[in-house]
Parts: sequence; structure tokens; C-alpha cells
Amino acid sequence: MKILVVDDFSTMRRIIKNLLRDLGFNNTSEADDGSSALPVLQNGNFDFLITDWNMPGMQGIDLLKAVRADPKLAKLPVLMVTAESKREQIIEAAQAGVNGYIVKPFTAATLKEKIEKIFERVQASA
Amino acid sequence: MESGKPSIAACKHQLRELLQDMDNGSEQDAERLLESFVKSHEASMFNEIGRITRDLHDTLASFQMDSQMVDLAEKGIPDAKERLNYVITLTEQAANKVLSAVEESLPVSEALETHALKLDQSWKRFRQREMTVEDFRAMASEIDDFLGSTTQNASLLHANLSDMLLAQGFQDLTGQVIRRVITMVQEVEDSLVDLIRMTRKTTDFRPEIQQGNGSLSAPAGPKVPGVNTADHVSNQDDVDALLSSLGF
Repeated sequence: MKILVVDDFSTMRRIIKNLLRDLGFNNTSEADDGSSALPVLQNGNFDFLITDWNMPGMQGIDLLKAVRADPKLAKLPVLMVTAESKREQIIEAAQAGVNGYIVKPFTAATLKEKIEKIFERVQASA
Repeated sequence: MESGKPSIAACKHQLRELLQDMDNGSEQDAERLLESFVKSHEASMFNEIGRITRDLHDTLASFQMDSQMVDLAEKGIPDAKERLNYVITLTEQAANKVLSAVEESLPVSEALETHALKLDQSWKRFRQREMTVEDFRAMASEIDDFLGSTTQNASLLHANLSDMLLAQGFQDLTGQVIRRVITMVQEVEDSLVDLIRMTRKTTDFRPEIQQGNGSLSAPAGPKVPGVNTADHVSNQDDVDALLSSLGF
């Protein structure tokens, strides 16, 4: 399981990477915004994407849209972990095809639950 | 070239010349002088209108500037204060969370060390065959206790370490909030610079009002109590409810 973690704050990337390791996911990479994440995704056979929304450069929502628009990446499960908590934003992310949405600050249990739920769905539809 | 109002002396001189020409019966000269007299006053009137227009323009621009300043003073500054207070709250919460986890973990790790040291000594005596049967029985039950408590303590330490890890999320959230305050301070600075420029009556001012963060899909940043709680979900349960209402 190869996971890409995208957040402009390196502390948050470390937090998520450590939580993922706790959950048994050791193969993680990092990017600090959408525009650096996209080429990494296109060249890297990733199984899962966790991204922030508000980043300088390319925003997480635009990364999500770019992923869905790319035939090779369109089916990649995407989990948003963000401080953006406006209803209209959550709806926008849902409409853009996000698989899960976590608002910061979050707990380890929430991350675990959402990831498990996403994989259940992915396996059920496969 | 002198384009201002003709002086009174010059006016008198012109009029005197005009009357003289009329007395002398030189009609052509009189007409010419009359024309130049009117023209010189016309020019000064146009100059005056130009000056009034410029003043009006400057005044209107400074009205706009005033409203921008008023907006910053009435909304921007209190907003920034709320945001900075929120930063204090978040950093305080994170610090307390970490301190609590450390305070809870330190005695556990100390007990672990003491217990293991004691067992180590017993174990050495056993290996050197210096142990009575009763001592051995005591050691066996001690080992039982140790294994049981170690499992428990290890999971407690793990939970506390995870808490400390997650508490570091404050850096991301406060960083986003502080960035917004920096943007606002920049706007205040720009407005002040514009205001100074305006009062110096220089002409290269920028009358357009800078757009705030009103765009619909622009990120709003972390929800700050007392600043931007309207239309925000209040927790992860709300997010889940909203998503499930959308068929998730």
C-alpha cells in the first residue's frame, strides 16, 4: 500500500505519516502542494492519496479535480484532511469525487475509521 | 509661461489702454485688446475649474480610502485580535495536552525501570543457583505481575505518545490563522501608505479597494470562534452527517 500525503505544513505531514505507520502503512511519500503532488502521483503507482485543502500553489480541491480528470489516476481513493469546514466546501469536495473528508483537528481513531471505510468501499466495488 | 490669473495691475493697465484706444477712435485696436482681455480671464477660469475637478477627484478617492480604513478598523482589527486569541488558546491546549501526557507517562516509565531492575537481580541469583525454592516462587509471581503490567503500561505509553503526536497539529492550524493576520496587517500597511500618499497630494494613487477573502471557493482557513463560525460544520460528526446526506 503506497500512500501520498500532501500538506504544506511539514508538522502535519509528519503527524499523518506517524499515524499511518501506527495503522501498519509504512510506504508513504510526501508533497507540499498540489502542483508538486500531481507529477509524483502520475509517476508513482500510488494506492491512496491524503491531501490538505488550503495550500499555497495548487489547492487540494484542484488536485482532487486533476486526479479525477486524469484517466490513469481517476480511480485513486482520495481522503481530504483539512481545516476547511464550510458546508459549501464539503459539498464541493463531495461533488468533485472525494472518498472521505476529515476536519482538523482530528483524532487517530477518526483517521483509522475513515481509511478503513474507504478501503471497504473500494474492495466492495472492485 | 504664466498661465495664472492676470494681476490687478495688469488688468488696470489693459483697461486703461482699452479706454485710450477707444478715445483715440482706433476701433480695431480696441477690439483686439478687448478680445485678449476676455481670453486671459477665460484661461484663468479654465485653470480654476481644472483645480476644482482635481480636488473633487482627490476628495472622492480619499472617501474610498476612508471607507477602506473604517472597514479595517471596524472589522479587520477585531477579527485579527480574535484570531490571535485563538492562536493562544490552541497553543495552550496543545501544551497542556503534551504536559499531561508526559506527566502521566514519566511515572510509568520509572516504574517499568524499577520493576525490571529488581527482576534482573532476582534472575541473576537464579542463574547463579543462589535461589531458594520460596524465592523462586516469589520471582515467578513477580514475573507474572511484570508481564501483565508491562502490557498495560506499554499501551498507556503508546496512547500518550499518540496524543503528543496529534497535539502537534496546532502548528498547522495556528500557522494558517497567523498567515491570515499577516495578510491583514499587510492591508493596513498598504492603506496607511496610500493615505500618506494622498495627504501629500501626489497624483499616483490607486483608488481601487482591495478585495477581501470573499471569493466563494477560496479557502476560509480554520474556523475561529467569534470570527467565521457561520456556515461552518462544528465537528467531524457534522461532516459525516452532511456527507451521508449527499449519499456517502
